[in-house]
Amino acid sequence: MTGFPWLSVVTFAPLVGVAFILLIRGEPDVVARNAKGVALWTSLITFVVSLGLWINFDPTASGFQFEEKVLWMPAFDIAYHLGVDGISLFFVILSTLLTVLCVGASWESVKDRVKEYMIAFLILETLMIGMFSSLDLILFYVFFEGVLIPMFVIIGVWGGPRRNYAAFKFFLYTLTGSVLMLLAILTMAFQAGTTDITKLLTHDFPISLQPWLWLAFFASFAVKVPMWPVHTWLPDAHVEAPTAGSVILAGVLLKFGGYGFLRFSLPMFPVASADFAPFIYGLSVVAIIYTSLVALAQEDMKKLIAYSSVAHMGFVTLGTFTATIQGIEGAVIQMLSHGVVSAALFLVVGVVYDRMHSRDIATYGGLVHRMPVYALVFMIFMLASVGLPGTSGFVGEFLVLVGAFKANSWVAALAATGVILGAAYMLYLYRRVIFGKLTKEDLKSITDLSPREMAVFAPLVLIVIFMGVYPIPFLDAMHVSVENLIERYETAVAAAEQIRLAAR
Amino acid sequence: MYLAAVFLPLLGGIIAGLLSFAPVGGDKDRKHRIDRAGQLVTVAGMLLAAVAALFTFIGIVGGGSTNNVEIFTWIDSGSLELSWELRADALAVVMVLMVTVVSSMIHIYSIGYMSHDGSIPRFQSYLSLFSFFMLMLVTSNNLVQLFFGWEGVGLMSYLLIGFWYDRPSANAAAIKAFVVNRVGDFGFALGIFATFLLFDTINFDTIFGLAEQKKDATLNVFSGEFHALTVICLLLFVGAMGKSAQIGLHTWLPDAMEGPTPVSALIHAATMVTAGVFMVARLSPLFEYSDVALTVVTVVGGTTAIFAATIGCVQNDIKRVIAYSTCSQLGYMFFALGVSAYSAGIFHLITHAFFKALLFLGSGSVIHAMSDEQDMRKMGGLYRLIPVTYVMMWIGSLALAGIWPFAGFFSKDIVLEAAWGAHTFVGQYAFWVGILAAFLTAFYSWRLLLMTFHGEPRADEVTMAHVHESPKVMLIPLAVLAIGAIFAGWLGFDWFVGEKTVEFWGNSIFVLESHKALENAHHSPLWVKFLPLVVGILGIALAYLMYMFAPGLPHALASGFQRTHRFLLNKWYFDELYDRIFVKPCFSLGRGFWKAGDGQLIDGVGPDGVAATVLNLARRAGALQSGFLYHYAFAMLLGVAALVSWFLVTGG
Repeated sequence: MTGFPWLSVVTFAPLVGVAFILLIRGEPDVVARNAKGVALWTSLITFVVSLGLWINFDPTASGFQFEEKVLWMPAFDIAYHLGVDGISLFFVILSTLLTVLCVGASWESVKDRVKEYMIAFLILETLMIGMFSSLDLILFYVFFEGVLIPMFVIIGVWGGPRRNYAAFKFFLYTLTGSVLMLLAILTMAFQAGTTDITKLLTHDFPISLQPWLWLAFFASFAVKVPMWPVHTWLPDAHVEAPTAGSVILAGVLLKFGGYGFLRFSLPMFPVASADFAPFIYGLSVVAIIYTSLVALAQEDMKKLIAYSSVAHMGFVTLGTFTATIQGIEGAVIQMLSHGVVSAALFLVVGVVYDRMHSRDIATYGGLVHRMPVYALVFMIFMLASVGLPGTSGFVGEFLVLVGAFKANSWVAALAATGVILGAAYMLYLYRRVIFGKLTKEDLKSITDLSPREMAVFAPLVLIVIFMGVYPIPFLDAMHVSVENLIERYETAVAAAEQIRLAAR
Repeated sequence: MYLAAVFLPLLGGIIAGLLSFAPVGGDKDRKHRIDRAGQLVTVAGMLLAAVAALFTFIGIVGGGSTNNVEIFTWIDSGSLELSWELRADALAVVMVLMVTVVSSMIHIYSIGYMSHDGSIPRFQSYLSLFSFFMLMLVTSNNLVQLFFGWEGVGLMSYLLIGFWYDRPSANAAAIKAFVVNRVGDFGFALGIFATFLLFDTINFDTIFGLAEQKKDATLNVFSGEFHALTVICLLLFVGAMGKSAQIGLHTWLPDAMEGPTPVSALIHAATMVTAGVFMVARLSPLFEYSDVALTVVTVVGGTTAIFAATIGCVQNDIKRVIAYSTCSQLGYMFFALGVSAYSAGIFHLITHAFFKALLFLGSGSVIHAMSDEQDMRKMGGLYRLIPVTYVMMWIGSLALAGIWPFAGFFSKDIVLEAAWGAHTFVGQYAFWVGILAAFLTAFYSWRLLLMTFHGEPRADEVTMAHVHESPKVMLIPLAVLAIGAIFAGWLGFDWFVGEKTVEFWGNSIFVLESHKALENAHHSPLWVKFLPLVVGILGIALAYLMYMFAPGLPHALASGFQRTHRFLLNKWYFDELYDRIFVKPCFSLGRGFWKAGDGQLIDGVGPDGVAATVLNLARRAGALQSGFLYHYAFAMLLGVAALVSWFLVTGG
């Protein structure tokens, strides 16, 4: 399919919705209702169109597909350049899917400034899709940083009591990293004479420069992932963000870092990546064990899930830098799976938060008596989170660990302990919330999932099981891209090895 | 046919699961109809699966060709390629038949046992799903599907143990079972990775084909170079230890008795706990090439056999006695595998499935009669009141104690003879602890029988007045299992371990020419053949002496050897030890990392620290702006002086 600008349509369709919402006038509740309607339809249409990308995607072709390129600043070879490969394709779809669910999940829980809320989410969607599909460094940077603004607003305006602290912490952390990345981007532009990512992917940066560029990108991506020890913004941001904000944050924003490592660090600075791999292993293993233990001690549901996110993303960074097929494909699957599962878990918390306005685990207990369907849904996502075979969580973790074992068996063994701890903290959470006698007075009239809530969860449940039982469609689409990536990486590392030997 | 045997339970389980969500709204008739539907669909699914399994079994025994059934590709990443596939060889089909038959009986029994429960469809659904995962486990044709079934039964056991989720103890036991099993799975997973590293595949056919070629290969893992197959087998064996509750990872099994009794029978006697034994037998082509791994299996098995038997002698909860007995019998199976008598191990697995399920269901019948009392100290004198159950328990106990001609006699004998026939030091160790454990087994079995059924009733009058024989729907499954417990050994002997063993197993079990334990077993001296039976009878005699003719003796012994008694009563203090060295440190580490690591260190130095510093600096800068002109002029002069000095020094 050439000619039709699929990617631009997907990217900017949400902005059309924004325009419509801006036009809405009238009584506050009419405005709210219409804004919700427009947002839902816009995000649905965007999602359906983005599925068209997958259907028309050719898994056997190497290189980027659905490319669009318009020169923007010809003098510096800066262009409006979009395209997806087998890695970024699924992140685009993940973004469009989760936006639909976010709108659905906020239907009743958001009461004030509904119009602005929906606008923020649609803008956020455009920026996320743009980030995953840009093939120009400058364009990428614009989208990458732009995301911060709506997210900052969402936490800062619709957040909980400590929202200011959380929003600023989030902003400061991510911005610090980004400044360094901007410097690196400028260096790269001057060094290579272009900002076109497709060209940069085949450009050999000098080996002496690579570590500096790698570190600058690392500063930005590590915060986004987030890797230990720059993860402390995440629990605060999650706790204070509204449910849908947490969903996007955990579901998509955390993937920016992992995607960045795959798109930039590994292929553009292969030698530095190989040199820094042990460093990443170390941080990843610490993240997995440390945050799993911290999760065990949490008393706040959202914090617990936030910490578990850090642990799960530790598998992503680990897999990425093993630079093996299993490790990288596992990392991508793990990101997609985590995108769905952690999003779902935050929605799960949101369900009871909407009813009881408490995130304290101690508030609950014995919910299964009143909410059997909820208990089942929670159970499914809990199992996916602990990586039970047959759920999406297993495929990702398993492949990552296979790759890691090849690279270093100690690392694989230590990371695998996270699987034990993961079971411990999730089952412990589930037991305290769902099981036991229903003794608390105020819980005795709590209601089970409404049809709207079930509609939000149904697609997530299906995806989690489908990806667990039959992940082939996902894996098939990314094989070629991943193989290219590894080939390039290995050639570069081998060449650098030659040079080093010669120099000795 | 084979597909039906595996997937009918899944279908039944899903339908019953959905039924459990059907709104009832206080309508008793409606609830009753839904309960019935749930029972019907699961029982029908299981029975049909059993019939299908029987046909497949006959096909295999009749020498028909076996075709593996490939369903579809599961994972494909680089050279890692694996499918959902059902393997159809003798080992798999024997297990399928056993699982479906025993599980069917347990399904039927549950109709009666759970008749007063509020969540019947949910329970039946769990049972069926459990059976499905177990079937996926035994039919797997690669390590990862094995792992799928493995974790799947782990999940279902978690749900079943915690079935009565209002009880804190049930919830705790459920989590314990899952997490302890995960510790084993951790080893299993690493074993899979190591296998992939060595063979570049995890499909059984390829691995088994390449095993001989790789018998001297080494693997560079964990900062050293080790014999590859030994590393793989030991790692995988850690998984087997977890699932089969071997010493060290056994702590979940006794606690798991919190679940309803049919669960104990299904999971803890017949199926799940034997998964580890099955796994080792399935991987015989790998274990055969690693003497170290086989030795470890033998020692762990022998030690568990005796360790669990000693604890079984002092427990007072009727189900816990049987649970420790299971643990001990699994030890027997393992040391049989360890001396390369895989077929003997599987033979004991099959006979044990029948008589142990019988014992569990029989004890369930007792508990049912006693209005949910499980403490044997509060029973006694029941044999006249529930005669059928009494007879069933006798049959089960005779089989367990290995008395001729019951099933256990044949399988336990061959296991012990094989240990003797290995002619190795660890084989001798296994043989002698096995003999000792056989003595204890007979003793605690009759202790259980005598405490429960004989002597003066020790329960209160209300309970005793209420004692009644169980309904037919519970007794018929008992009878079917009893038939197995009586005849399975006698019928199976020739096929499993006797003359027809080679043609029966085909190539599903692999034994090196040089490992002759099983062959030697058939030629062992007469005293080896009779010793197990003799110690069994002695054990029974001792139990009669202590619990019938001299009832003061147990108490005298307990107070005479107080320390030993307390050590055994507290199950060798494993739980306390683990709590001290694993559970508590994990929680305190977690809290420490959270408060000190994240809170004080990272945030304190990081964002909060930076924010505080910036504020501080800003306040100081603010203080500098005093508003007096001469302050500013002085600062400017200082600046000029500094600049000039700079240029002078650098010569710029």
